[in-house]
Amino acid sequence: MRRFAALIDRLIYTRSRNSKLALIVDYLRHTPDPDRGWAIAALTESLDFPAVKAGTVRTLLATRVDEELFRLSRHFVGDTAETAALLWPDAPGKKADLSVAEAVDALASATRSDAAAIVASLLDRLDADGRYALLKLALGGMRVGVSARLAKQAFAQAFDVPVDDVEELWYAIPPPYAPLFAWGEGRAERPDLADVAFFRPFMLAHPLEEDSVDLADYAAEWKWDGIRVQIVRGGSETRIYSRGGEEISGAFPELVAAFDQEAVIDGELLVRGEVQGGEAASFNALQQRLGRKTVTKKMLADYPAFVRVYDLLAVDGNDLRSLPWTERRRQLEAFVPRLAASHFDLSQVIDASDFDDLAERRAGARDAAIEGVMLKRRDAPYVAGRRAGLWYKWKRDPLTADCVMMYAQRGNGRRASFYSDYTFGCWSDAGELLPVGKAYSGFTDEELKWLDKFVRDNTLNRFGPVREVEKSLVLEVAFDSIHASKRHKSGLAMRFPRISRIRRDKPAEEADRIASLQAMVT
Amino acid sequence: MAKAGTWIEPHPHGIYVRPADLWIDPSRPVPRAAVTHGHADHARSGHGAVFATSETLAIMALRYGVDAGASDNAAFAYGDGFERGGARFSFHPAGHVLGSAQILMEYRGERIVVTGDYKRRADPTCARFEVVPCDIFVTEATFGLPVFRHPPTADEIAKLIGAVRAEPERSVLVGAYALGKAQRVIAELRGAGWDAPIYIHGALEKMCQLYAVHGVDLGELRLVSEADKAEMAGQIVLAPPSALNDRWSRRLPDPVTAMASGWMRVRQRARQRMVELPLVISDHADWDELTTTISEVNPKESWITHGSEDGLLRWCELTQRKARALHLVGRDLEEEA
Repeated sequence: MRRFAALIDRLIYTRSRNSKLALIVDYLRHTPDPDRGWAIAALTESLDFPAVKAGTVRTLLATRVDEELFRLSRHFVGDTAETAALLWPDAPGKKADLSVAEAVDALASATRSDAAAIVASLLDRLDADGRYALLKLALGGMRVGVSARLAKQAFAQAFDVPVDDVEELWYAIPPPYAPLFAWGEGRAERPDLADVAFFRPFMLAHPLEEDSVDLADYAAEWKWDGIRVQIVRGGSETRIYSRGGEEISGAFPELVAAFDQEAVIDGELLVRGEVQGGEAASFNALQQRLGRKTVTKKMLADYPAFVRVYDLLAVDGNDLRSLPWTERRRQLEAFVPRLAASHFDLSQVIDASDFDDLAERRAGARDAAIEGVMLKRRDAPYVAGRRAGLWYKWKRDPLTADCVMMYAQRGNGRRASFYSDYTFGCWSDAGELLPVGKAYSGFTDEELKWLDKFVRDNTLNRFGPVREVEKSLVLEVAFDSIHASKRHKSGLAMRFPRISRIRRDKPAEEADRIASLQAMVT
Repeated sequence: MAKAGTWIEPHPHGIYVRPADLWIDPSRPVPRAAVTHGHADHARSGHGAVFATSETLAIMALRYGVDAGASDNAAFAYGDGFERGGARFSFHPAGHVLGSAQILMEYRGERIVVTGDYKRRADPTCARFEVVPCDIFVTEATFGLPVFRHPPTADEIAKLIGAVRAEPERSVLVGAYALGKAQRVIAELRGAGWDAPIYIHGALEKMCQLYAVHGVDLGELRLVSEADKAEMAGQIVLAPPSALNDRWSRRLPDPVTAMASGWMRVRQRARQRMVELPLVISDHADWDELTTTISEVNPKESWITHGSEDGLLRWCELTQRKARALHLVGRDLEEEA
């Protein structure tokens, strides 16, 4: 537990992704099985001990620490696990280290009646950092900024194996992943994945930079503004994975229930605009369904999800990924009718006569859920990652607005000394400046230095880390779309806003009005 | 005996000692002030006469340009004191920073100790806290919650040296309060055998010189403003906390941000300050030191001033000790703890 505790402590304070990666690589290389497997599962929130809850820990603490002192401390620290770790009295005597595996076994064996006693006996064997690690392991909520994607990359790097293979194997093998480590260290063959609902790494697209492509070689489809998902059914289990290979089945139980075919599909998860039967709604509506572990009936009714399917990776036990797009598409069109039409439909191929015709249709597309056009090479197999010349995304030209900088905040990591996050606004009819968005990208390093100096030289007020600035600088902001939002006073929310130009030449009074932004709402 | 301590009056801006017509650590200018130590939240400028240890007066002279030798001021050594209006005042080591003192007041057979800020563990830059028996013990409570248990200082210093050695192409920038903490971290590093030059922010220079004049050996210090970026790789740099994430830090080679403070015990506190290497080094008593001190002093009453008064009050209640909270204002706990 000492090594694991030291690892999570380092991860908490390390902000750079590469440094986090290096820490995990080092840990995986130098920690024996099964501790390293359990540790990585804990970091990626893949463990659950149903009998051990925050309430168990609170009740337990009351047996060792005055309740009022616990309450005051909890209020100050803001986290139950950390408070408990700090308050738990050190047991006398020198303790032999407790392995992560011992802790996991003990926690997994706990029942409601003996959970408190088991946690107590584990806490007694640890110091304050070890207790923190144990309680985070037991209760979850690690908050160390380690995604499953990062963990898989660390594994690939630690054992010099292709990350695509790790991606595939990761979900197929339960913690503590012993066969995965055996394969990584060259002690065993690659594990066999028959009958498992595992994730296949997505095929990704490059932005289109050529002036045109020949539609004889490329098929065109709409690019939908939802979230990319893969639905897999294998071994009588259905799982939904998001772009990063994170499992999101829990947030979309109706799709899990509706997908009853032994197959793997690639598609866009969307929410219907008007309740039932309508067309796809904006990304804004979909956001209501994201990031949830469980869903209420009302959410299911108000924001019904469906998947617009555009690729078929496997069906009835056959892997189709090596086939050309044309053949996969033929099989996909035959397959989609086997799915419930209420929750799955086919993403149509755009029937454009030539590239100019396609450009015209793209420019004319006003559907809220259309983000642009996808171009897919007709003879290309389905390959993991982003390969040159196979798939292109051709987004709609961004919208722009001239906004006035209102507030600035310091960035993170490398940017910690720069005011790099800007809130900007537009004018209401009453002549008041109302915030319409926040952006922290789009500028060069030189421009960032200039903006940082502008903020420092024009500060009106400080609110903690935030500075209010003189309302004099116009920023041209580019964004993919804009939606109605109750969250902001302006009633608007931008999607992907970024600073496209600094308009030092433009007086603030001439920045855009809220009314002209409302006209762009989709 | 009637109600204890009726001859002193706690006010939000300081403690007034009526028979002597004198204030202790007032946060606004008064004709006569007895000052426990040189931190700005205890030692303000603009008083008529200041009674303090000679080190504290020197620190105030440095910070405010107060003439420490002015005829109205009076400097005392530990154990010494003065009498005024029938009350006897004396200064005793508090172990907080150079010159820090507890002030013992005796009047008509009753003894009151005002601790100012204090700690119990060893500090190479100042005299160690002494237990002074008294009837009323007016104690600070910065870390008056049982979550605050400072680890051994040597462990934290070892962590700092380990971090510098682990990444020799980077520097480690330690945020440390300009009076006390900075000099203590430097002295502890010297004690641990770190004899390379230590680089400092300009705001620390004069206080380090003052410490050296008072016999605290800090070894070779160099100003960051006069150093090449390259020479600071693999070295330790000290700056006041406010400079950690400021533009100033851009002149250092890819600094690891560290911070020496008792608040670093709480992980989210350290994260909020964007600290990568938290060092739990404090000049204030932790929970065990606070409660041990009250037990050892064993006063008839404990009066608890700034910090987490509620936690320490609760402990007094649980151990059946008479206690009350004084609500003093203007105590700036965040920066120097």
